[in-house]
Amino acid sequence: MADVVIRVDNLGKKYRIGSAQPRYKSLRESIVDTVRAFPGLLSNAQSAIRNSRSEELWALADLSFEIKSGEVVGIIGRNGAGKSTLLKVLSRITEPSTGRVEIHGRVGSLLEVGTGFHPELTGRENIYLSGAILGMKRGEIARRFDQMVAFAEVERFIDTPVKHYSSGMYMRLAFTVAAHLEPEILLVDEVLAVGDSSFQRKCIGRMSDVAKAGRTVLFVSHNMAAIQNLCSEGLILDGGRMAFMGNVDQAINLYLANGARPTQATDLTARVDRRGTQTLRFTKVSICDSEGKQLETALSGQDIKIRFHYESAADFEDAAVNIAFNVYSFQGVLLTNLNAKDAGRLRMPVGRSGWFECAWPKFNLRSGVYTCALFCELNGIIVDWLQSAFQITVEDGDFFGTGSIADRSQGTIFVPHDWSSHVE
Amino acid sequence: MSSTDSQFGIGDSQSPASANSQFAIRNSQCPAVPTLVIQPSRGWVSLRLGELWEYRELLYFLVWRDVKVRYKQTALGAAWAIIQPFFTMVVFSLFFGKLAKIPSEGVPYPIFSYAALVPWTFFSNGLTQSSNSLVGSANLITKVYFPRLTIPIATVLSGVIDFVLAFAVLLGMMLYYGIIPTVNVLWLPLFLLLALVASLGVGLWLSALNVEYRDVRYVVPFLTQFWLFATPIAYPSSLLNEPWRTLYGLNPMVGVVEGFRWALLGTNTAPGPMIAVSSLAAVLILVGGAFYFRRMEKTFADVV
Repeated sequence: MADVVIRVDNLGKKYRIGSAQPRYKSLRESIVDTVRAFPGLLSNAQSAIRNSRSEELWALADLSFEIKSGEVVGIIGRNGAGKSTLLKVLSRITEPSTGRVEIHGRVGSLLEVGTGFHPELTGRENIYLSGAILGMKRGEIARRFDQMVAFAEVERFIDTPVKHYSSGMYMRLAFTVAAHLEPEILLVDEVLAVGDSSFQRKCIGRMSDVAKAGRTVLFVSHNMAAIQNLCSEGLILDGGRMAFMGNVDQAINLYLANGARPTQATDLTARVDRRGTQTLRFTKVSICDSEGKQLETALSGQDIKIRFHYESAADFEDAAVNIAFNVYSFQGVLLTNLNAKDAGRLRMPVGRSGWFECAWPKFNLRSGVYTCALFCELNGIIVDWLQSAFQITVEDGDFFGTGSIADRSQGTIFVPHDWSSHVE
Repeated sequence: MSSTDSQFGIGDSQSPASANSQFAIRNSQCPAVPTLVIQPSRGWVSLRLGELWEYRELLYFLVWRDVKVRYKQTALGAAWAIIQPFFTMVVFSLFFGKLAKIPSEGVPYPIFSYAALVPWTFFSNGLTQSSNSLVGSANLITKVYFPRLTIPIATVLSGVIDFVLAFAVLLGMMLYYGIIPTVNVLWLPLFLLLALVASLGVGLWLSALNVEYRDVRYVVPFLTQFWLFATPIAYPSSLLNEPWRTLYGLNPMVGVVEGFRWALLGTNTAPGPMIAVSSLAAVLILVGGAFYFRRMEKTFADVV
């Protein structure tokens, strides 16, 4: 029976944000304020001045949850939802304004890569310094020293001042020290986005080793794939409050369904990072159901139509139009390409304005957010080409028509199929 | 158990009879696991010196870092520790010693002023550097937890190396002038300790104030200038009559400087009411500074 290692009760954190005030005061200003307040009642006037110039922001409010030993919890939420603030409070870096937190076990925080590193010191010296700052004892650091250097792949440069390191080496070394922290409870804040992909995989591997070793981990990230791989529980923060806590798959689905893009229509008129002659320009992409009504999210299994609105410098009654879009998964893997040529629609009329419509029957992507690139060629000349042109947000739907939602963890694509049994 | 003491509390189950006994009950239920309670604190907060002791290795590393970095880059690194007091002594000897003919208690003026400048330099550098230490370590304060008191303490302690170097020159000067110290030299470490207490005390006040009010940084150079002349470095404290002389001891550096001179050079400033007043003043400043620092500590990460 697992014990509760973190108990949070009605936690709140308030910041005072001044509208015209700088973050820190000068003594002169404080003295002037106090003198000005003298004519009125001293305490009332001062608080009046303070209130009139500042507002309160509750970065965290009414948070209550429990985390048991050995759980790996992913904390997700939009930017500004309070995730980093929560970790700061749990790390004792900042104090809560209300509420109470009980923690059983040694806490190690990984809020930034390279904390305490000094450019003048060598790699070896920085390992000791950073390790000490993060809370490791000297003996611990000495024991793990060789392991750390090997993990960071900087053996040759370990006695060179880190100001001479490349940024990649610096990041690797910095992450390594932090990754070898072995407290009972580990708090990690979005630090996995360092290094090249092979190093990132190493880091995620290291994190999952830590998690499997039975440690309790709280992990803040925007990388849904990492969260899904590492975490068993998910906690969604929205505006400082807890929106959901429970199974990580459910948490991710809920977050994606509510977050990302509020509508499925993307305005492309303001985009300037596009290639092509721009004789034809895409202005809007919208995702609609089979009746042409704009959708918020697409459901797997639904018949959807994607409309690509455009305006053109000239009109053609019968042009060779090659319009295509690529669909990429959340991790950037190219899943499929849909284009007019493959569909046999080689020639289409083009007007001054209008839209091309792609009909995708029984939409077969699983829930998630997919990014798409958009391309159009007119009579052999590329006219418009945008990367990350629009996103398709998909919710789990009843693809197979059986009345139940299929398991999300089993791949990205649905394939219509059937089974039968033949006995010999 | 006052209600104002309800803040970050740590129960250390390895020593159940620890000072934080209000958490003893919880400790007995989960043996060998440190328990931590995080709550908003109000008003004055305990110093938690026990936690400071737990983090002594970090203190060592911070001092080590400051010293290493200081001496790595600057070619004058080690020499600067000596140049500063030495050349001040030269200037003082010229203008105060020779020109103004200020009395120097029976010892040659240069060594009279230098023996005072050595602890003074330690004090003023400690003061100047620790006042900006928290703001300078903003990247640590906002990302990692450790007792924030460690930062100004490390800054002041890293000045001890410079002190030792300047002191070596002082010994050389004593040899040159043929001054042999008496048994009173055994008091010397105590006066160094007094300088440390004074430097840290003022440093804690200034560093905590500097986080909230950034213009404190501009006050510090003026403060140290003024303090230099308010301390009997260029002149002896015997210029003052009683009871002013004892009251003068309210400046803790008075006790340090005159004590140093007495212990090393045998001047006529044996520990008496003046030095006692200095010691008391230094201790009060330190204790007050520590409590003020701890009270303001909860705002550091948010404001810095």
